[in-house]
Amino acid sequence: MTMNSSAITSDTVMEKELGNSKSVYKTNQLNLWYGSNHALKNIDLDIRENEVTAIIGPSGCGKSTYIKTLNRMVELVPSVKTSGEILYRGRNIFEKSYGVEELRTRVGMVFQKPNPFPKSIYDNVAYGPRIHGIKNKKILDEIVEKSLRGAAIWDEVKDRLNENAYSVSGGQQQRICIARALAIEPDVILMDEPTSALDPISTLKIEELVQELKKDYSIIIVTHNMQQAARISDKTAFFLNGEVVEYDKTDTIFSNPSDKRTEDYISGRFG
Amino acid sequence: MKYIEQEIVLKKMNVRNLINSLFKGIFLMAVVITLLALLILLYRIGSQGYTHLSMDFLTNFASRFPAQAGIKAALVGSLWLMAIVAPTSLILGVGSAIYLEEYAKKNKITDFIRVNISNLAGVPSIVFGLLGLTIFVRALSLGTSILAAGFTMSLLILPVIIVASQEAIRSVPGELRDASYGMGATKWQTILKIILPAAIPGILTGAILALSRAIGETAPLIVIGVPIIIQFLPSGVMDTFTALPMQIYDWSSRPQQEFQAVAAAGIIVLMAVLLFMNSIAVLIRNKYHKRY
Ligand SMILES: Nc1ncnc2c1ncn2[C@@H]1O[C@H](COP(=O)(O)OP(=O)(O)O)[C@@H](O)[C@H]1O
Ligand SMILES: [Mg+2]
Repeated sequence: MTMNSSAITSDTVMEKELGNSKSVYKTNQLNLWYGSNHALKNIDLDIRENEVTAIIGPSGCGKSTYIKTLNRMVELVPSVKTSGEILYRGRNIFEKSYGVEELRTRVGMVFQKPNPFPKSIYDNVAYGPRIHGIKNKKILDEIVEKSLRGAAIWDEVKDRLNENAYSVSGGQQQRICIARALAIEPDVILMDEPTSALDPISTLKIEELVQELKKDYSIIIVTHNMQQAARISDKTAFFLNGEVVEYDKTDTIFSNPSDKRTEDYISGRFG
Repeated sequence: MKYIEQEIVLKKMNVRNLINSLFKGIFLMAVVITLLALLILLYRIGSQGYTHLSMDFLTNFASRFPAQAGIKAALVGSLWLMAIVAPTSLILGVGSAIYLEEYAKKNKITDFIRVNISNLAGVPSIVFGLLGLTIFVRALSLGTSILAAGFTMSLLILPVIIVASQEAIRSVPGELRDASYGMGATKWQTILKIILPAAIPGILTGAILALSRAIGETAPLIVIGVPIIIQFLPSGVMDTFTALPMQIYDWSSRPQQEFQAVAAAGIIVLMAVLLFMNSIAVLIRNKYHKRY
């Protein structure tokens, strides 16, 4: 009983702070170990629909680990063990019956280093739809165009769809990777420092794109660049040593953080 | 106080340049010596063998008379042999490599297996001949057939194909796997569409080296009892046969001087077959060669 009522009060407090949009991902008491390395500690996070949620923190604090847990990519590391739960649209992704392939069809991912396949631009974007069984050339054509438009790269590559994806610049490759993720028509897009390998202009393009994409998708983005978090996100979670120190509206985190460590980090005193 | 003094740097520059060109010279010499040896070999074989090379040589069976001796049975036999060895060793070899790299857990047992596959590559071919004699010729009663010899040769080159395929699979960047899994692809889809296409150039390089070895090996064939003189063509995989290196070995060990030219002509045919196999591999490799 007491447990229950306290849960309700903490939920109501959260509601007030985070607004009352729908929850996409709800992480409850998540712990994760790489062998004996306790990389994530008692994470509680409530991630909302059609928002950009930024995850910031010094390197090694567990940002990538957390975001890779959301689509269970982290399980590719054999030594990983987890406890706690992550509810995606209300269903625990650690449930035995939850297929990872199914989860990853709903949750697209963009990685730190642009990683197109050594195939044509077209085949890169069509990869997802094809593995999910779409063979019709006309439908594939439409998906490819729509996804490339969605990733704001259609005009730059529409005449060279059959060229190798590695023949374009790094910034363009990253947008092709975003298009590739859009092509599976996901609900959520995870991005792990998507601009850290890019020049300032490409970075700007991707930041604008993220703003555009949040109308249709929920976006969770890891960044080590605090200005970037401040510019593009609605909510920010500050991670430190595997814990969430503070999670709040981005404005609040950057103008009026409630934890001394958050303040120290965003004012550049460590990290 | 500067740590790097321009004068001293300049003084040492001459010595550094000298050493630089010295090593260039050493490597150049290595290449020249190798090429020279190869050229001499080719010249000797070519000058000896070309007199005997003719259409008749390709269409005649073996004979006691050097002038009528032909390579038909051995050439066709070797092609039959390759038709068994290539698919068997590629399917088993690439399959094992995929299992070891993509499915097997990394633990002591799989580590042990990995190390020992490499060791198997160094076992003398005659040992594989004995293995083939025991298992395929006798236990499975395949006799001295193309099938028995093909399986034996497959075993012989399997370690090399596995190791080369493992290397090729391992060198496919992890980011490509991540990208594929991240989109909900299954392991098999990822292997088939991403890993294998990226690994094929490396796999083929190893496979061609291995197949070239199989087509030139004599010891295992002698052990399992493959005959030399055969006056008919095999009509199926259960028939007996002879192979190019057996025939060449026989000719070159005959006392008559004329047979030396016949042997040289046989070597030219063997090398032509190798060249043909290599060019197929290059073609496939170019088709799949893509950069990351
Ligand atoms: N594949 C892995 N195997 C073992 N430990 C890992 C692995 N990846 C990350 N870690 C450890 O987990 C912790 C968090 O790493 P990570 O999530 O990559 O941090 P961040 O992305 O914030 O820089 C670090 O201590 C790191 O050493
Ligand atoms: Mg990281």
